[in-house]
Amino acid sequence: MEFFKIRHDIPFMRHALAFNVVSLLTFLAAVFFLATKGLNFSIEFTGGTVMEVSYEHAADVDRIRKTLDARGYNDYSVQNFGSSRDVLIRMPLKPGQNSSELSKAVMGALGADDSAAKLQRVEFVGPQVGRELAENGALALLVTSIGIVLYLALRFEWKFGVAAIIANLHDVVIILGCFAFFQWEFSLPVLAAVLAVLGYSVNESVVIADRIRENFRKMRKASVTEIIDNAITRTISRTIITHGCTQTMVTSMLVFGGPALHYFALALTIGILFGIYSSVLVMAPIVRWLGIQREDLVKPLKDKKQEAVV
Amino acid sequence: MNRYPLWVYVTIAVALVLGALYTLPNFFGEAPAVQVSPARATLKVDNAVLSRVEDALKKAGIAPTGIFLDLSSVKVRLADTDTQLKAKDFISQLLNPDSANPSYTVALNLLPNSPRWLAAVNALPMYLGLDLRGGVHFLLQVDMRAAIAKRAESLAGDVRSQLRDKNVRHVGITREGNSVVIRFREAETRDRARAVISEQLADLQLADAGAGSELSLIASIRPEAQKRTQEFALKQNIQTLHNRINELGVAEPVIQQQGADRVVVQLPGVQDTAKAKEILGRTATLEIRPVDHDNMNMGALAAAKAGQVPFGDEFYEERDGQPILVRKQVILTGDRLTDAQPGFDNQTQEPAVHLTLDATGARIFKEYTRENVGKRMAILLIEKGRGEVVTAPVIRTEIGGGRVQISGRMTTVEANDVALLLRAGSLAAPMEIIEERTVGPSLGAENIKKGFDSTLFGFAALSLFIVVYYSLFGVFSTLALCANLLFLIALLSMLQATLTLPGIAAIALTLGMAIDANVLINERVREELRNGITPQAAIHAGYERAFGTILDSNVTTLIAGLALLIFGSGPVRGFAVVHCLGILTSIFSSVVVSRSLVNLVYGSRRKLERVAIGNTSWK
Repeated sequence: MEFFKIRHDIPFMRHALAFNVVSLLTFLAAVFFLATKGLNFSIEFTGGTVMEVSYEHAADVDRIRKTLDARGYNDYSVQNFGSSRDVLIRMPLKPGQNSSELSKAVMGALGADDSAAKLQRVEFVGPQVGRELAENGALALLVTSIGIVLYLALRFEWKFGVAAIIANLHDVVIILGCFAFFQWEFSLPVLAAVLAVLGYSVNESVVIADRIRENFRKMRKASVTEIIDNAITRTISRTIITHGCTQTMVTSMLVFGGPALHYFALALTIGILFGIYSSVLVMAPIVRWLGIQREDLVKPLKDKKQEAVV
Repeated sequence: MNRYPLWVYVTIAVALVLGALYTLPNFFGEAPAVQVSPARATLKVDNAVLSRVEDALKKAGIAPTGIFLDLSSVKVRLADTDTQLKAKDFISQLLNPDSANPSYTVALNLLPNSPRWLAAVNALPMYLGLDLRGGVHFLLQVDMRAAIAKRAESLAGDVRSQLRDKNVRHVGITREGNSVVIRFREAETRDRARAVISEQLADLQLADAGAGSELSLIASIRPEAQKRTQEFALKQNIQTLHNRINELGVAEPVIQQQGADRVVVQLPGVQDTAKAKEILGRTATLEIRPVDHDNMNMGALAAAKAGQVPFGDEFYEERDGQPILVRKQVILTGDRLTDAQPGFDNQTQEPAVHLTLDATGARIFKEYTRENVGKRMAILLIEKGRGEVVTAPVIRTEIGGGRVQISGRMTTVEANDVALLLRAGSLAAPMEIIEERTVGPSLGAENIKKGFDSTLFGFAALSLFIVVYYSLFGVFSTLALCANLLFLIALLSMLQATLTLPGIAAIALTLGMAIDANVLINERVREELRNGITPQAAIHAGYERAFGTILDSNVTTLIAGLALLIFGSGPVRGFAVVHCLGILTSIFSSVVVSRSLVNLVYGSRRKLERVAIGNTSWK
């Protein structure tokens, strides 16, 4: 079986401007939503308490709200989680309130109202931990970006490093923008997914960069545009098959993984889909505009050796 | 050209056998068990205990499926959870006749069901994280400023007693922040005091202040002594937590230092989380302090209640509401306590707590009570920065021997609680729970199932597609992917890494990403074939050319994985560990293992007309 029977190189670079305008618009939209709506951070970052409570019958969310109101709690959220029998109760941090005892008090109240209420899970995060997590998350993103640029600069050329990281940070921003737009919960596993996507999408850029370098060696007469077009065309089949395979796994997580893995898988899905686009159609034009030339990648001295091999 | 030397096949075969061996224990599951370990450091678990446990089980008519002794505990494996509970009760009754003061911790546990020979080669199942097996995770923050302040307070006490011993007359000693200020009238006395302090108390560094007749010495704690105090406080708190958790009876608690001032506590399988939190969260310390007799008059007490507390004092109310002024000076802290038992007062038959002090504590206490007969002292329980005067008895006589009794309007339950709290050891510095994660056991089982299902179905769909798309080469790729999974699980089991739900997700994701290498290779082989090269050369060129790309792309993924490993915490770290290991195993399996399969099938054929990698004849 074969999906991609492409006989001639597709002139991707001819439409580079259009692609870049599209990605610029999506990027700006993502930034806009991030700025206006902001991320819906999970309590891991903001601090607070989350409790997952299960009932034997369908949970009555309104009644739970009433019970909590009666106890003088406010500013909480109650919602169904996974199934109609499970609810998730979120409570923010409050100064002066003994948060580490909160879950016990709430469960006491819910248990008194309905003895079938069973505590499945509690997460409590203090304010200092939340701030640290946010800082460490940002630091991880920074270190990953710098590490990737350095590695690509070392293995290829700084132009590839810069282009790849711009293309892939653009993916990251778009994932974050989606999370801001839909107000999906941004939790630690989502952060892990974002960083994994960053590392994964760079693969694409590496594969194409590799091909571009190889083409510079082999296609002596071709122009830079032709070389990039050829590199993308030759690798497009691999790009789509690989992403399809990874997405198969992620879809399986989305379907069977339950609520705990839902947003994790969702972040990966967005990242994988945009990863195809950005590494092919964002990274390559940037490399060209940064002025990549044969001399950047093919050292004159090594030329002869390479010829002897190929 | 496409042949591997024998040693490569042998290496792969050995790796696969080892992989299978270490993956195997994960399939046996876990059996309910009861674990007996000593509750006190002085006790040892030996063959005598083993035979007592066997007797207890025999009497109860329970037939264990296995019973054995390891380094620190006796473990009894049982058929089901009902007999597990029954066995626990019987063993506990027999080993701990005095339930208030247990000698052994008898805890419910889960033991791997894998055969003995696997355990003998250290092949153990993966360690399941709390989100998969259920349990409690706490992150506790130690209040280091309080630890230093406490140290300064006790140094102030030392300075006072040293100066008194050496007959140096000062005008007053106070603690201000982390330093002790000693005031003098004459410069000569100050010089003597400086000599005494610098000789006796090496932890303090001294500076002069003031002029004329308002002279003073400012003694502050040296930075290295501060650091030592902090390290000591953390160590003692961890020890105290150990003792408290022993009282809870948890099979495999994890109590670890994290960073400079934090402690992680993980209690797998704990069902009664409220109780666990109560015992951990109660960060009580004991302090014995003098009552300020000079100010114990109506006027001063009324003023103190209104907020005008005399200098160097603290205002409290006793349990019956009586106001009391207590000096900040500490005679003794809970560090000097070796035991605390609930009991009754000999004369009044009131519930009481009997304390036993260590030698230093006993000496200090004896001296203090001798010099202060007729005066009152206050026994305070400090919980979360707030003190409570448990009792403030009058000292009737010198108390020697280090045995002290606290009684004062307590109920029996309260006496029990206070004794437990004090016996479990006091904390060197207060701690606060700053992160908590509790997962019920049923949710844990559900998480395992969901994680397993998503990996299984994803893997099946992926394999199907690859086999259809690349035919025989797809089979090679799938087998390589299986080998990858095998290596990854074996490696995780060998390292006894903790598997969490994000970890399972990372396994699935790693498999989904690892296929990239095989897709690269297969696409490259197809391309070479299309270019009209002979099949053997195409296979060779495909693998050779793809390898550089595979390496580069895996390094970039690894950079992201390592950043997560370094900066991540909790669930993210579980993800990162699996992700990083998965990248390493995938390079080996997708390149070496798949190539060895290809070589095995095609490598020996001289005249290879075509290879089964799908249709490449279009042009």
